Amino acid sequence: MKALADTALLQRALVELVLVGAACGALGVWVVHLRHAYAAESLAHAMLPGLALAALAGVPLLLGAGGGVLGAAALVFLAARDRRIDSQAGVAVAVTALLGLGALLALVPGAPARLEDLLFGDPLGIAPADLAVAGGLVAGVLLALAVTHRRLALAAFDAAAARSLGASPAHAELVLLALLAVAIVAAVQGVGNLLVVALLLAPAAAALHLARSLPAQLALGAALGAGSGAGGLVLSLTLEVAAGASVALVAVAIFALAGALAPRRRAAARGSVVEALGGA
Amino acid sequence: MSGAIHLEARGLTTGYMPGAPALSGVDFALGAGRAVAVLGPNGGGKTTLFRALLGELEPMDGSCTVKGGTAYVPQTERARLDFPVSAFDVALMGAYARTPWWRRVAGADRAAAREALARVGLAERTRERFGALSGGQRQRVLIARALVQDAGVLLLDEPFAGVDATSQARILAVLDELRAEGRVLAVSTHDVEQARRWDRVLCLNARQVAFGPPAETLTTEVLQETYGAELVVLDGRARGVAVHHHDHGHHQA
Repeated sequence: MKALADTALLQRALVELVLVGAACGALGVWVVHLRHAYAAESLAHAMLPGLALAALAGVPLLLGAGGGVLGAAALVFLAARDRRIDSQAGVAVAVTALLGLGALLALVPGAPARLEDLLFGDPLGIAPADLAVAGGLVAGVLLALAVTHRRLALAAFDAAAARSLGASPAHAELVLLALLAVAIVAAVQGVGNLLVVALLLAPAAAALHLARSLPAQLALGAALGAGSGAGGLVLSLTLEVAAGASVALVAVAIFALAGALAPRRRAAARGSVVEALGGA
Repeated sequence: MSGAIHLEARGLTTGYMPGAPALSGVDFALGAGRAVAVLGPNGGGKTTLFRALLGELEPMDGSCTVKGGTAYVPQTERARLDFPVSAFDVALMGAYARTPWWRRVAGADRAAAREALARVGLAERTRERFGALSGGQRQRVLIARALVQDAGVLLLDEPFAGVDATSQARILAVLDELRAEGRVLAVSTHDVEQARRWDRVLCLNARQVAFGPPAETLTTEVLQETYGAELVVLDGRARGVAVHHHDHGHHQA
């Protein structure tokens, strides 16, 4: 009976990590092409107060994640607009403040959830309802990527001419940030709000190394993200280590391997990837 | 392609920050089949004018009117060279605005993209990665994209900057064809000699210095007012002028 329960737990963890990995991998290709790695990291980290508050109040973590991302987005937006200081510095201060506030809330005496679960994820603790919600969010992200594909391509390739070709770069940017928020909310229970950044950027960066066309990069990013999720879970069970961290490490290992395998002629692509990861 | 095509600015003042216009007093009109060279120093307002004509910048004063649809051909180094698209993919972007998201780009538009690439002399290179082409070839691909857009008004941002002689000849031939079809062209350029081959010339230096036929407009006085210290007069008369450029990199305005 216990083995059966364990199997169900493992199955849910596997499905969750594969779904979230696929969505993050495909979305990540756009994050790297539109040079928004820093925004991805900021949103993911700055949502911690929402997660901690949800844990304290005993409401579902997904709800806290959603509220946390909205609050973080609002504060990051305001910080970036303050013209008295450099926008990156403003965002960095806002993000660090929110991360600190989240840690403070998560560590108050009597807080039920452990801080590690919020930061690094707990895929084995996922309930069927959580999985259903995450699956819905993932489906939403993939559908939105399909709907906005050409507009994102115009904004990423040639922002100067995008408007005359029927796409607003500002709208594309907003779409990308909104999808990032949704993907992070979907992924946070499985891999945690610190490690979701690895799942967003590493498989995508690897796909940029290895694939030559945009559809191939998106498909490969999704496949490598899903593979990172499944491989990370297997690794964590084999070595009896934390699942979220294992997923992140597998994703980064795939990126390193892709970097080593990528032909030299792709130096331009490599530059942008390094730049993207350097911002993270 | 003619009839309703028209490009006009009336007392146009525009810019990026409220109360600080980057360009003022622009006043000109072009009918079907006319081409204007837009001359001016770096930061003189050429790109600013184009952004206003594209509707990306609101007029602070005056107005601008564009009839027949606008295509914008940016400088090739503004496009991302590491983006994974072929020359054909880029030409196809000209049809994106009329393609619903759930549909593949229509067969007629795919044929138009191939035809446009052939017209700019790149029929053999449709599969080549955009970033792997030479500067002149990339410029021709961006012009092919504008051909697929099939707009009445084409705004070209320094289409001859850093372009080889073969590409320049090919681009000039295509632009002449477009003009003959009744389209309106606005070509920003640094080359005073080349500006003489268009119907009109518009000189900008934070404001409109002059507008008119090249022979009457391109006087030493006008050029001095347009370029200031950048102008080098070679033979003391208006024929022999050169513009000395400092850093011609990624200027914004």
